[in-house]
Amino acid sequence: MKVRAQFAFIFNLDKCIGCHTCSVTCKNTWTNRKGVEYVWFNNVESKPGIGYPKNWENQEKWKGGWTLVNGKLELKSGGRLSKLINIFSNPDLPQIDDYYEPFTYNYARLQNAPLSEATPTARPLSQITGEPIEKIQWGPNWEDMMGGEWSDRNVDKNMDGVGRDIYGQFEKTFHMYLPRICNHCLNPACVASCPSGSLYKREEDGIVLVDQDKCRGWRMCMSSCPYKKVYYNWESGKAEKCIACYPRVENGLATICSETCVGRIRYNGIILYDADRISELASVTNEQDLYEAQCSIFLDPNDPKVIAAAQAEGINEDWIAAAQKSPVYKMAIDWKIAFPLHPEFRTLPMVWYVPPLSPVANAIDQGKLKTMPDGVIPMSGEMRLPVKYLANLMTAGKEAPIVLALNRMIAMRSYQRMKRVEGVVNTKALEACGMNEEMAQDMYRYLAIANYEDRFVIPTGHEEERLDDAHGFQGQNGFTFGNDSSTGVSKVTLFPRRRKESMEPREKAPMAADSPFTGDR
Amino acid sequence: MHENVFSLHNLLFGVYPYVCLTVFIIGSWLRFDREQYGWKSDSSQLLSKGYMRMASNFFHFGVLAIFGGHFVGLLTPHWVFQMVMDDMSHQYVAITAGTIFGLSALFGGTILFFRRFFNPRISLTSRSADKFTIFWVMFTLILGLLTIPVSMGHAGHGDPRVVTAMAEWIQSIVYLYPNPQYLEGVDTIFKLHVLAGMTVFLIFPFTRLVHIWSMPFGYIARAYQIVRTKRLKYQEIDRYDLGKSPEQ
Repeated sequence: MKVRAQFAFIFNLDKCIGCHTCSVTCKNTWTNRKGVEYVWFNNVESKPGIGYPKNWENQEKWKGGWTLVNGKLELKSGGRLSKLINIFSNPDLPQIDDYYEPFTYNYARLQNAPLSEATPTARPLSQITGEPIEKIQWGPNWEDMMGGEWSDRNVDKNMDGVGRDIYGQFEKTFHMYLPRICNHCLNPACVASCPSGSLYKREEDGIVLVDQDKCRGWRMCMSSCPYKKVYYNWESGKAEKCIACYPRVENGLATICSETCVGRIRYNGIILYDADRISELASVTNEQDLYEAQCSIFLDPNDPKVIAAAQAEGINEDWIAAAQKSPVYKMAIDWKIAFPLHPEFRTLPMVWYVPPLSPVANAIDQGKLKTMPDGVIPMSGEMRLPVKYLANLMTAGKEAPIVLALNRMIAMRSYQRMKRVEGVVNTKALEACGMNEEMAQDMYRYLAIANYEDRFVIPTGHEEERLDDAHGFQGQNGFTFGNDSSTGVSKVTLFPRRRKESMEPREKAPMAADSPFTGDR
Repeated sequence: MHENVFSLHNLLFGVYPYVCLTVFIIGSWLRFDREQYGWKSDSSQLLSKGYMRMASNFFHFGVLAIFGGHFVGLLTPHWVFQMVMDDMSHQYVAITAGTIFGLSALFGGTILFFRRFFNPRISLTSRSADKFTIFWVMFTLILGLLTIPVSMGHAGHGDPRVVTAMAEWIQSIVYLYPNPQYLEGVDTIFKLHVLAGMTVFLIFPFTRLVHIWSMPFGYIARAYQIVRTKRLKYQEIDRYDLGKSPEQ
């Protein structure tokens, strides 16, 4: 057992209102620069729909993620040799139009236009060439609020086996939002596909980053990430991706997308996992077993053996305490109401989703909905959002876990409604799906109230312990461009080395606990 | 050396090679040292994919093969070469390989050239160095291809002297015993090709060409996943003398 800590997310889709505040605050913080106009580290998609970039979930087209070759994990786009052979032209690379051609408008025209009969218009301009665009064909979240023809949206890969024709009917339509960021996977395909080794996973918190100084722009990460969450900055020629707002997270703050989420749907927390089991669990043969496999990689933070092993790995007490209070562990493991996005990509993503309920409560009251014998919980097949669709999104098509999660969420509501509205404690619905009152109250607290301190349990980073020379590091830059945030890769240099290391006293001061002056305390 | 040491010929084929090589080596080193962030292939595939698969592959494989051919063909000492083939065979091999890979690079490079200059997205987002680079590489390539008919003419007369002279001259440069006289009887087209080729080395550190240094062969032997830690005891990077604790 090799315990590692991971900074992980839960997005509660049940409460996502599709307002895009997350996207906008993220954009304004990280990608409001030249070359990344088209880049949204955080984007919100309307589902069903083909998303951003177009059809990103269709790995027959984009060849992202992993596949099994003779029972062993291999990049779906091909192994190391094929990466090098295809380095001059990546056959699976999206073109910028698959995201969208970034545009602005010629606003100056509104003020500069000469006097004319017609009102002047601000025509769209391409942010690549600066030339006018005749007609904007696609943009970020072009399908917002079910925009566009059903025939265009229903090629959504998750509609496989759901019934594309049926759900085009007006009475049958359904709709949900899917906010997406980098999944900071345990088995990241982007890291594996980088020929220059510039992508890496941080040992201390599992955040996946691109070393900007080491990236050579070979573009393999872009196509190998099945979520298409590594982008190419066409100005700098380097790959860029969501950095999980690490400068904030290291200081115990939530990521900017989570912090500003007005629906309070985002949860940040620490989860402990067994790094020795990554390849074993990512290579489970049956895709539908992958969700359970991913659950079993997480370690119980209250298990004394796990705590001892974590301490042996150098994980701090406050991190272990945070893992014990982690909203992520509660939802994913204790309550089983959160799921990974597309586990069949085999990257072990670390952004998990609580599936959305469809508007069924009214229908129960009207007696229109078939319910289970308890008269409260609707039959899974009676929800407006097809369970099969959610299962294709989150469990590689396995419906039972999704049904259980939805039932638990409805049962919690039913229990609370009875208690608040009718003043009656009725646990029938809870018992039907393996819950007790305490769990229902906890779920209510976390899902409905969603207090700030419950959503964000983020221990501060321990730079002072990881860096053997904290003094020498102070004053260095964090997220900057060019030559100063890394020591580079050059072993032999023309110039004198920067004296980054400071002199340390030869004799280290004893820790407080070991000091002879402390005495018994 | 030539009788008149200060002739243009000596300057171009005795001094200029060293200027180019020095700028090439020191310039690359400097840039690698100081400008890691700017060290990149600078791909524009994202902006326009059309024909790239064909164009880029034909160009790159062609150019790499040509580079390898020049390297082996011109830098192998004469006595080593003679153990494998005679001078005439050397020339025929050079003509054949040069034609095949030269046309491959010409085909791909022409598409890349027109893409660079006339595809609005690529043209408008190009730096002037990007345009100059593809222009100059293509210019050198075409000069190189133009030497082939001349070389075939020589071969038809059973005359391998040009190939031998070129090899001897380059080796005289590399052995720091420059002898521009080797090139005196050589046809002008060869000289022009040599000058253009040397200039590629001169502009190399200032352009995207630096990505050639970074061919990632290490990837073949690398573990897929990379985990970085800031904890010193796990780090493999070399530490500087300063600050090392005495027991290390």
